[in-house]
Amino acid sequence: MSRIQPQVSGLSSEFFDGCNEGVLRLQHCKSCRAIQFYPRVFCKVCSGRNLDWVNASGKGNVASFTVVRKALTEGYKVPYIVALIDLKEGPRMMSNIVNCESELVTVGVGVRVVFSAWSDTLSLPVFELSNER
Amino acid sequence: MISLRGKVALVGAADSQVGIVPGLDANELCADAILLSLSDAGIDKDQVDGLITCNSMSKPMLYHAEAMAEYLQIFPRYCFAAGAGGGTTFSILHHAASAIVTGMADIIVIAMADCLRSGLSREQSLLAQSSTGHPQFEQPYGPTVPAYYALIAQAHMAKFGTLPEHFAEIAVACRAHAVKNKNAQMRDPITVEDVLNSRMIADPLHLLDCSLVSDGGAAIVMTSAERAVDFPHPPVYLLGVGEGHNHEHISQAKSLTTSAALESSKQAYAMAGLGPKDMQFAQLYDCFTPTVLLELEDLGFCKKGEGGPFISSVGIGPDGSLPVNTHGGLLSHCHPGNPGSMFALTESIWQLRHSAGKRQVINAHVGLLHAQGGIMSSHTTLILGRDAS
Ligand SMILES: [Zn+2]
Repeated sequence: MSRIQPQVSGLSSEFFDGCNEGVLRLQHCKSCRAIQFYPRVFCKVCSGRNLDWVNASGKGNVASFTVVRKALTEGYKVPYIVALIDLKEGPRMMSNIVNCESELVTVGVGVRVVFSAWSDTLSLPVFELSNER
Repeated sequence: MISLRGKVALVGAADSQVGIVPGLDANELCADAILLSLSDAGIDKDQVDGLITCNSMSKPMLYHAEAMAEYLQIFPRYCFAAGAGGGTTFSILHHAASAIVTGMADIIVIAMADCLRSGLSREQSLLAQSSTGHPQFEQPYGPTVPAYYALIAQAHMAKFGTLPEHFAEIAVACRAHAVKNKNAQMRDPITVEDVLNSRMIADPLHLLDCSLVSDGGAAIVMTSAERAVDFPHPPVYLLGVGEGHNHEHISQAKSLTTSAALESSKQAYAMAGLGPKDMQFAQLYDCFTPTVLLELEDLGFCKKGEGGPFISSVGIGPDGSLPVNTHGGLLSHCHPGNPGSMFALTESIWQLRHSAGKRQVINAHVGLLHAQGGIMSSHTTLILGRDAS
């Protein structure tokens, strides 16, 4: 059984295309320079409609996390870490923290993005500990 | 803005059988609860001219309220189904009150039921509830419902030093209330140690930090304060109500540790002209123990960050200074999903009628009820009282 697949459609296509290319892309407002996630048809800071995309650093910090011991579906192998990541550019996103012992994860710890295959055609951003604050 | 204070009253209340209830589906349980509430109010179904329901997950119908009206053969002039997760019950009550004040209906029934235990497999039930997550940007990462709330708990622990023991005390208090309630699904007393020793589900939440998975339904009857005095039971008046809607997806919340219960309660207190110290009891949404802790803070019962020590020192069990979830709550009474807060509502009506039996809070005149839906997303606070003024 596979993990839940996001539907790639509309504005989010640009984001998911970036993931497949190994780049974390965020929406950027040309009017007020705010950077936002998830993608919207307007800037949530200034309500401007003139948006493009920038490549994010892929660095961030853990805002919160949990170790899931009882999986959502058979597609997920326990234990796995679900976390909220505050990206260096500002936006917060949900993701998984991978390739580490769960005991090493704390609120505030530094992480960096890596990309993980979710299907034959789609990769999603997940995070590893970066040993930086 | 027209104040709803003292303008409407609750004159009928009933729960169906709750817990594990095989043999009746969600819509049948809903109908059962409605008929029981009408009998409690001493009226015939033909007197109902407003019906508000919430769809079920186990037996959904496209136009739920209309289908329930048809099932019961009632023909209301005001009829709709709403959905705001666990917050649905009280936000609906807010709408119903304004509908009565504006003359859209004279006698409104609010009813909800679901069979998460018998009508769905455990996996279906968990998956249906976790679909509250963002389909593109959250759900793929496999967050379960406990995981969403664990993110809030973990953030609160990191920021304020809250301990797993504090969360556990909430589960213990709700169970202590449920011990006194013969209708509750779980009635064996538990200790903090029991909670901490129960299986870890999503750190820091243990099995006993999580609410039940249940079948059940409930219904209430609401009318104007003028009409309410003609009903058999003492009316329970709506004194204050307020809502706050901050986000739907937890990754978009402005804060993980402060919720829109702050905004909803400010409005409710202002309307009622009352504050947290005036409440003899509180029914706080407890899908997971951390929600109660955050709500105690955001509703003003204690300062932000001091929820843990407040619970330890003041006490929220039957012998505490602030009894919380006097029926046992979602943690120990029952939790059939979206209808969850209906049972906090019917319990509050009985508390304020002084008919709660062994669970009766002495001199209960005013109580606060709070529900939230999504992941600490949509909040509604109610203040109910024995007296209209
Ligand atoms: Zn902007």
